[in-house]
Amino acid sequence: MIAIATTAEEQLIPGNPSYGEITAEIARPLERKPGRSWWIAITITSSLLALGAGLIIYTIMTGIGTWGLNRTVGWGWAITNFVFWIGIGHAGTLISAILLLFRQRWRTSIARAAEAMTIFAVMCAGLFPLIHMGRPWLLFWFFPYPNSRGSLWVNFRSPLMWDMFAISTYLIVSLLFWYVGLIPDFATLRDRTRGFKRRVYGFLSLGWDGSSRTWQRHERACMMLAGLAAPLVVSVHTIVSFDFATSVIPGWHTTIFPPYFVAGAVFSGFAMVSTLLIITRKVFALERYITGRHLENMAKVLLTTGMIVGCAYGTEFFVAWYSGNAYERFTFLNRAFGPYAPFYWMMVFCNVIVPQIFWFKWARRTVPVIFVASIFVNIGMWLERFNIVVTSLHRDYLPSSWSYYTPTMVEVGIFAGTMGLFFTCYLLFVRVAPVIAFHEAKHTVSEQMAGHEVGSHG
Amino acid sequence: MVERERIHSVAFDSPEGAVEAAHLFRAHGLEIRDVHTPFAVHGMDEAMGLRETRLPMATLFGGVLGCCLGFGFQAWTHAVDWPLNIGGKTNLAWPALVPIGFEVTVLLAALATVAALFVRGRLLPSLTGRMPTTQPHARVTDDRFVVLVAERDGSFSPARFHKLCERLGASEVLDAWRVS
Repeated sequence: MIAIATTAEEQLIPGNPSYGEITAEIARPLERKPGRSWWIAITITSSLLALGAGLIIYTIMTGIGTWGLNRTVGWGWAITNFVFWIGIGHAGTLISAILLLFRQRWRTSIARAAEAMTIFAVMCAGLFPLIHMGRPWLLFWFFPYPNSRGSLWVNFRSPLMWDMFAISTYLIVSLLFWYVGLIPDFATLRDRTRGFKRRVYGFLSLGWDGSSRTWQRHERACMMLAGLAAPLVVSVHTIVSFDFATSVIPGWHTTIFPPYFVAGAVFSGFAMVSTLLIITRKVFALERYITGRHLENMAKVLLTTGMIVGCAYGTEFFVAWYSGNAYERFTFLNRAFGPYAPFYWMMVFCNVIVPQIFWFKWARRTVPVIFVASIFVNIGMWLERFNIVVTSLHRDYLPSSWSYYTPTMVEVGIFAGTMGLFFTCYLLFVRVAPVIAFHEAKHTVSEQMAGHEVGSHG
Repeated sequence: MVERERIHSVAFDSPEGAVEAAHLFRAHGLEIRDVHTPFAVHGMDEAMGLRETRLPMATLFGGVLGCCLGFGFQAWTHAVDWPLNIGGKTNLAWPALVPIGFEVTVLLAALATVAALFVRGRLLPSLTGRMPTTQPHARVTDDRFVVLVAERDGSFSPARFHKLCERLGASEVLDAWRVS
């Protein structure tokens, strides 16, 4: 059993390393040649990416008929994956923005990696509506510009239009937030490297010289961006839930969707952050920065959000029964006891039962337990979206049009391709940018040494 | 007339040292040009006598502009330029315009904030990989805290200045490294 030592007043970065040591330790993974495991990993992920890219080209050239969709089930894996990836991205913003506003200093060590994850996840998510359009070369019809189609404007009242604005805003703001935080770190790397690398980091760091005047503005800009990103992240998944909630399909048309989706997004995102950081800290020997306390806090978030999600599952059933609406009742009974029942109960197991283990402190302090549980939650949250999308559709009002949906290998391959895209981006990211912000780690240590009670709420 | 100016740079190994130095130098009537640090040192603003940044004004400006543009453009397309009867609702069914209006507000506020940071902090990209030349110490992005003191007139006494530096425990002092 790999238990992590625990003390009541555990420091965020134990041992108070010197500022020079922090720079050296965090920069080490960038400065040595990648190990065998990195090469093996990127070979697998980039192969998946190539497979996905090939299948996307095949889909676009042939048509959506290559997927398992039919007239009853018009939304399948693609929309499931879209919602899944957007949700994954939300933890990054939550950690970097909302925890910054709440002055939770434990976020420091995990924020950078989580923000990177947000950007890669949103990239993966954005792909699905694009290819689902069937004719992605007509994407420009989405843009409101004076055009030759009678200057007919886009319908701003359509939730799909809201979606496009929400997701592109989210991607841009996340990128800005990430890059602004990275500028001082690129400057640190610029001052540590030579030759071509120095020129690249020099370009990216925009002539950063550590001036206190700029630091003052930088800190304030980060607070402002955090203040903007916090409501933004809530709005994004709310709008994603509107794609469903503003329809009249039983199982979708419900007011619980926005908070339910946002809680689910945080839940799945924290699961993915835990999965990735447990691997990252091990591979790059960053246990001093990403400590047991960080993992324990993330486990607590998983427990809390898992129960919120569980509560939402129960509420949905109650409201379906309480509504007295026959179609609503049928949809939920069908979800739990119909042909897709195994997926429903797998979801309940992964999302509601598994996180309950985090009531025990030893579980929150045992890395393999957190790792396995986070994988379960990742799977469970994907299943949740599948259940929402497919089981609400496959048995509609007219029994003669009932059908059963199974994905084709093309759909499975495209999903694997986005997994490849996500992990390839992450593997490249850990080679070119520090996974932990130098300046934030140093700031944390300086406060520790000054004897402030740092992150006492952690 | 451009005044000739000499800069003295004093390096410290701790943020507290630099904050203390900034206080002391200012108390002795010396002008602090800037303090270069590897991270945002709290208490430095007061020590240097810096004013609060007005950056949030840029955020506000961007947000208000985005809000007006976002709602205004949607209202104009739906109610003025090309009115469409959608489900018998009024042309200006404003609740449906809230999501996009909000997103555009956030987007422009964020862009304005970052633009203001770049302009005011003179953070500009350059193809040659611009290196900062504003201070002489290499490790300022690593573990050094450098206070730059400007020598403006004849009242500056090198002896007194060096005594101050010694008292503060500076790890390195570079005199008059740049004349502008």
